[in-house]
Amino acid sequence: MQTMMDTLSSYGWDLLNKTGEHLYISIAAIVLGVLVAVPLGILLTRIPSKAADRFISFVGILQTVPSLAILAFLMPFLGVGVVPAIIALFIYSVLPILRNTYTGVMEVNTSLKEAGKGMGMSTFEIIRKVELPLALPVIMSGIRFATVYLIGWATLAAFIGGGGLGDLIFDGLNLYKPELIVLGTVPATILALIANGLLSLLEKGLTPKALRKTV
Amino acid sequence: MLEFKDVTKQFEGNDYPSVHKLNLKVERGEFVVFIGPSGCGKTTTMKMINRLIEPSSGEILVDGVNVLKQNAVQLRRSIGYVIQQIGLMPHMTVGENISLVGSLLKWNKEKQQERAKELISLVDLPEEYLTRYPHELSGGQQQRIGVLRALAVNPPLILMDEPFGALDPITRDSLQEEFKKLQREMDKTIVFVTHDMDEAIKLADKIVIMNKGEIVQAGTPDDILRHPANEFVEDFIGKDRLLESRPEVTRVEQIMNPNPITIEEESSLKEAIQKMHAKRVDSLLVVDESGILKGYVDIEMIDSNYKKKNQVYEVMDTAKYAVDKNSLLRDTMYRMLRRGSSYVPVVAENNKLAGIVTRATLADMVYNTIWGDETTEGSAIE
Ligand SMILES: Nc1ncnc2c1ncn2[C@@H]1O[C@H](COP(=O)(O)OP(=O)(O)OP(=O)(O)O)[C@@H](O)[C@H]1O
Ligand SMILES: [Mg+2]
Repeated sequence: MQTMMDTLSSYGWDLLNKTGEHLYISIAAIVLGVLVAVPLGILLTRIPSKAADRFISFVGILQTVPSLAILAFLMPFLGVGVVPAIIALFIYSVLPILRNTYTGVMEVNTSLKEAGKGMGMSTFEIIRKVELPLALPVIMSGIRFATVYLIGWATLAAFIGGGGLGDLIFDGLNLYKPELIVLGTVPATILALIANGLLSLLEKGLTPKALRKTV
Repeated sequence: MLEFKDVTKQFEGNDYPSVHKLNLKVERGEFVVFIGPSGCGKTTTMKMINRLIEPSSGEILVDGVNVLKQNAVQLRRSIGYVIQQIGLMPHMTVGENISLVGSLLKWNKEKQQERAKELISLVDLPEEYLTRYPHELSGGQQQRIGVLRALAVNPPLILMDEPFGALDPITRDSLQEEFKKLQREMDKTIVFVTHDMDEAIKLADKIVIMNKGEIVQAGTPDDILRHPANEFVEDFIGKDRLLESRPEVTRVEQIMNPNPITIEEESSLKEAIQKMHAKRVDSLLVVDESGILKGYVDIEMIDSNYKKKNQVYEVMDTAKYAVDKNSLLRDTMYRMLRRGSSYVPVVAENNKLAGIVTRATLADMVYNTIWGDETTEGSAIE
C-alpha cells in the first residue's frame, strides 16, 4: 500500500495526463465510428437484405482479428502515434454501431414508414423524422457498448505510441512494477464505468417519451 | 377528379395481375367505396393513386394529369392518406401528428397549431389531447386522429384504407356517422376501402365491388342492392342483407297509402268535422281543387276556432312538412321517428299530394321485414 501511495504521488501528474490522452483517443475513435457506421447502417437498410447481411458478417469477421494484429498490421502503413491508434480503435467501433443501426432501423414498424411516405415525406425526411428517432434507443445502446469496449482496448494504443493509460501499464510491465499496472488499469475501468453511466442517461433522455418503458 | 384508364398491376413473380384493366371515373365530391374479398386488389388500386405502387400499364389521372408525370412527393402531399393500420407516429404528440403534412409543407408553427386545434374540435376531442402521445389515446381516438391527419392541409382528395377496420362495432358506427357528416360538410372526394358491406352501404355514393383484380360491379348502394350484377355480387352482399336492407332501397311511394283523407281548403269547418267523424281520424290534409297540398287541420284547431271562423283555410296550419314520393324510406323513417309525428304527407311534383305514410304503415313494414312476408308492398296499400 505504501508503494502504491508513493507511485501515485510521483506519477500523479502523469496519471492525469495519460487519462486525458486515453479519453481523447477513445472519444475520437467513437466519434469517427458514429460518423461512419450510422450512415452506413442506414444505407444498408436501403439495399436487399441478403447483401446487407453479408456485408455485416464480413465486418464481423474483421472484428475477430486480434487487436494486436490489427495494430501491427497498420503500423507499416500509418506509422506510429496517436492517429494510427485512433484508426485502429475506430475499426473496432464500427461493427456494434453498424449492426445496431441496421437492426434498429429495420425494426421500425413498416406501416409507420409507409405512413410517412404516403403523406409525402422524402426519403431523407423519413430517415430523419421517423427512422432515426424510433431507432435511436437501439443505436445508442450500440454506441454505449462500443464506447465501453474502446476505453478498454485503448490501453493497447500505447503499443504503437498512441499514449494513454496503456503507457503506465506497459511501463509497469517493463519495469516489473505491478503498482504501475494497477495505476493504469483502475482509472481505465473507472472511465469505462463512467462512460457507461453517462451514455445510459443520454440514451434514456433521447428515447422518445412514448417509447420509454414505464417501470 | 380521378380517372383510371385500363390500369393493370402485375407484381413480379405473381402468376396473375393484382389489378387487371381497371376503368373507373370518380367525380369531385363523390364518396367511392371499394369492397371485395381479401387479396382482390383494393389496396393495390388505392396505392397506385398516390404512387406508393406504380401501375404496370394504363393511366391514372388526378385532375386530368397522369400521376406518373407528377413529382411523387408533391403528389402525396396533395392527397390525404389514411393507411390500413392507422400509422400514427408514436414519438410525436397528437398535435405533431396532425400537423405532419403541414410541417412538410413548411407551414409556420402558429398556422400548424391553429389548424390542429380547429381539426380536433371537429371530432369533439378536447384541445389538451394535442400535447398527448398516441399511446395515451384509445383505439377509436387514434383512428380519429389518423383521419384528421389526412385532412390537415385540406386536400381535395383523400384515400382511406380500412380506416375503421380495427374497431368495435359501436365505436365504428359512431365514427362512420361522424365522418360522413364531416365529408358532406367539407365536400371532399373520398376513395375508401373496406371489407364491410354495411359500412359501404352507409357511406358510399358509389360502391365498387372487386374480385380478382377486376371490377365486378360499380354503382350506387341502391343499384347494387336492387340489381346485383351476378351471383358473386349477390353472395357478397348476402341474402340476409338483401332482405334487411329493404328500407335502404325502398322508396316512399312503394309503401305509402295513396288514398289519404283530405279536405278542400274552401270547405266549411262543419264539413271537416263530419269527415273526421266518418273516417275516424283526428286530422285531415288540406288540398286545393287541383290536389296541391296546402297544409293540415286537426280537431284542436277546429275546436278552438269553431265559433270565430267558418272555413278550413282560415284555421289550417300551413307548415307543410312533406316528403317526396321518390325519397328513400330509410331517410323518411328516420325523420318521422325523430320528429315524433304520427304521419307524413307524401307529395309528387309541384307539391301535389300523392299519399301518406303513417306510423301504422311503418309498423306493417317492420313487421313484414321481420316475419318475411312476401307481400310487403301490397299490404301497405290498404
Ligand atoms: N408488394 C407486393 N408484391 C407482390 N404481390 C403483392 C404485393 N402487394 C400485393 N400483392 C398481391 O396483390 C394482390 C392484391 O393485394 P391487395 O393488397 O391489393 O389486396 P386487398 O384487396 O387490399 O386485400 P385485403 O382486403 O386483405 O387488404 C394479392 O394477391 C397480393 O398478394
Ligand atoms: Mg388491403
